[in-house]
Amino acid sequence: MSEGRLPGSMSGARSAEGSPLHGLRGWRLAALVLVVVVLVVLPFLVKNYRVFQFNLVLVYAIAVLGLNILTGYNGQISLGHGAFYAIGAYVAAALMSNAGWPYWATLPVAALVCFGLGFLMGFPALRLSGHYLALATYALGLAIPQLLKYRHLDALTGGVQGIVLNKPEAPFALTVFDQPLSADRWLYFVTLAVAALMFWLAWNLLRGRIGRALVAIRDHPIAAAAMGIDLPIFKSLTFGVSAAYTGVAGALGAVVVSFVSPDSFTILLSISLLVGVVVGGLASIWGALFGAIFIQFVPNVADHLSKAAPWAIYGAFLIGFMYLMPAGVMGLARRFGMRRQPGAAALASSQEAPPGG
Amino acid sequence: MPDLLEVRGLHAAYGSSRVLHGIDFSLAAGRITAILGANGAGKTTTLRAICQTVTTQGSVLFAGAQLVGRATESVVRLGVAHVPDGRGTFAALTVDENLRLGGYVRHDRSGVAADIEQAYRRFPRLHERRRQPAGLLSGGEQQMLAISRALMLRPRLLLLDEPSFGLAPMIVTEIFRILRALNEDEGVSILLVEQNAKLALELADRAYLLETGRVALAGSSAEIRRDEAVRRAYLGY
Amino acid sequence: MNELLHQICSGLAAGCIYGSVALALVMIYQATHNLNFAQGEMATFSTFIAWALIHAGWPYWGAFAATVAVSFVGGLAIQRIVLRPVEKASVLANVIVFIGLAVIFNSLGGWIFDYEIKSFPSPFPQDAPYATRYFSAHELGTAGVMLAVLGALFAFFRYTPFGLAMRAAAQNPDSARLVGIRVGWMLAVGWGLAAAIGAVAGMMVAPSVFLDPNMMSGILLYAFAAALLGGIDNPFGAVLGGLIVGVLENLLGAYVVGTELKLTVALMFIVGTLTLKPNGLFGRAVVARV
Repeated sequence: MSEGRLPGSMSGARSAEGSPLHGLRGWRLAALVLVVVVLVVLPFLVKNYRVFQFNLVLVYAIAVLGLNILTGYNGQISLGHGAFYAIGAYVAAALMSNAGWPYWATLPVAALVCFGLGFLMGFPALRLSGHYLALATYALGLAIPQLLKYRHLDALTGGVQGIVLNKPEAPFALTVFDQPLSADRWLYFVTLAVAALMFWLAWNLLRGRIGRALVAIRDHPIAAAAMGIDLPIFKSLTFGVSAAYTGVAGALGAVVVSFVSPDSFTILLSISLLVGVVVGGLASIWGALFGAIFIQFVPNVADHLSKAAPWAIYGAFLIGFMYLMPAGVMGLARRFGMRRQPGAAALASSQEAPPGG
Repeated sequence: MPDLLEVRGLHAAYGSSRVLHGIDFSLAAGRITAILGANGAGKTTTLRAICQTVTTQGSVLFAGAQLVGRATESVVRLGVAHVPDGRGTFAALTVDENLRLGGYVRHDRSGVAADIEQAYRRFPRLHERRRQPAGLLSGGEQQMLAISRALMLRPRLLLLDEPSFGLAPMIVTEIFRILRALNEDEGVSILLVEQNAKLALELADRAYLLETGRVALAGSSAEIRRDEAVRRAYLGY
Repeated sequence: MNELLHQICSGLAAGCIYGSVALALVMIYQATHNLNFAQGEMATFSTFIAWALIHAGWPYWGAFAATVAVSFVGGLAIQRIVLRPVEKASVLANVIVFIGLAVIFNSLGGWIFDYEIKSFPSPFPQDAPYATRYFSAHELGTAGVMLAVLGALFAFFRYTPFGLAMRAAAQNPDSARLVGIRVGWMLAVGWGLAAAIGAVAGMMVAPSVFLDPNMMSGILLYAFAAALLGGIDNPFGAVLGGLIVGVLENLLGAYVVGTELKLTVALMFIVGTLTLKPNGLFGRAVVARV
């Protein structure tokens, strides 16, 4: 089975261990350097608000990646990941606002808390599959925002009004192309670093035995169990890791937006994340980035049409993608010759329904 | 007179695995034809191909109408009744409901009622259990129910997939007797798939032997029964 | 004691609504083995249509009948047009399409009818002679309507040939085809019926909770809980489940958790039922002799 690779690495032979940079040559190295340079300089080329939007894209990318690990690779459907995002956000906000923690310290805590909750959620989820898991997570996604408004938790959550945070300033001054290193630009680098780390971790996790095990559980659970994979532990761990990713995204999101309130985390957020996974591509790491770009920018564009329009478009996209491109953007890219990712090909063929039924 | 059923160049596949590789055979109206062969030869698939419950290529003409490409329910409405392997009874519905469903496409309510009564006369055991869920019936009773249900259609062509499977010899004899009576008295054409070649050849006029998706042998059942070499080599007796 | 009785009665009244929606969910589950996540939004959209007709001057029951008819046709059309292409696809694809439908209906409702909260009339006048101390006229009327719907469905499925064919198609589509039943259309009719039932439920609940695009999201969750509790393949269980859920929800809300955590309670019901008694209280085991 071919293993997942970053584009730009050597085609052909597998590199069993080693970093993604192993064996880079010539123009691929130059391209990579170019991309890095652009990424570093980008925030200074555009206005603050645009940088803020980029930050959100990166945050959503981490969240979508988290959901993709669970749903795309492991086949467990979650309609409630917005709940983990919310919990991560509130953990960060509560620690920063009530206990004065620095923003970067809240990320690991959010990860741990969400890992624990996700792992716990994994247990009832073991006996559920398909629709039932979707239903249970849907209920989770609906219940959490209401829970966050609960009177008796006001001290922690700030109640209906939520919590306002101070956006952290850059620790040093810097001016590039006449643009100062504003809070948003500083956060851009922070989120970029965190995102890069999370993506790298996921890439490592998923390209080896663990990734194959996840896909095996998704596609042939009985065979997987027979081969010695401990299904309950594995599936619960996957839930935990997935929740942790989305929780970290939530925490980062809280810092980037500097505000949390229950109404920011409705079921629509869960649905948006799912849209991101579908559009970007199931079982694809880079797809998470495409998905995040989609869910960040499409509503802005569609808003001009009508308040309701973004959602009508989401709905149409969800349905349309299932008909035409069940493997998402990355599936399309794959057809144009990019590297295959493990498991996605099998999923694409099992997703494709014969036209006309 | 043209044949009731004419099959030419029939290919069939399950997903990407091809099971029938272009078979030809025909069935004259009012006759009984048997399809014989070992497990995996493609006998069941042939019946399924006629009913269009499996992907097919080629030509299947039933009374001049092309069946390939039609929906199964449309094939049935032309007068083709299929008793599949596994019987295909509605386990959670009662025996009576199963029979009524057999006559679903017919418009003559009184005719349907009369046929149900006839089924009960033919198989008193079904009458006893008429209000019980079909899933509780024994193997033999389910087979009786499945055949009765197929007959409710008043079909021109009856497709039977291994009617003797898993049944006590006495019951098998009874069922085959009934099939013969149906054919002789009511002119129902029958296409029979059977592993029990001896039984099948006693009932059928004509037989085709399938081997890995191709027709290996064709002829009247009398010819085949007479030919000892063929019998020993292909039919095991 | 008085207070307790009152809570139980309100619970039963709410349970009628949950039971009706649960009935629609069970119907679609029986036929397709899918959970219809779009059920709530479809019901809300139907209620909007009724509201528009009433506001255009139609008499209540005329608008009611027209809405039910339109919803039936709409549900049928959705199955044939939107769902057919993914009938054989994976569970995930189906779930996603259902969510897509839900989102489209929700936004269409907001787009066409705007987000302002609207009031919706009840056909059962408050001072009707049959109103009692514990049940308002509307609550009794709702229960009556729901029982009538249940009765009609029961008679339809049990005693008509078409109903029998639908049951057959749901239980064993392959065998159904072999008796000439057009299984695809049976599924479509099932969807039509579910949409019609949802419309009735929406019109019955709107007078109490007021009409806006998000009217049914909480109710849908409770209906799911009710359907699961009753056994996802059992229509009677769905109705009973609805009543039980309604009463429990009310009691918990009044005496234990307060009314602010309704959705968390629903979540507990759902996760609890799925973990402890996945077949529900009345779920049918398949009868078959091996």
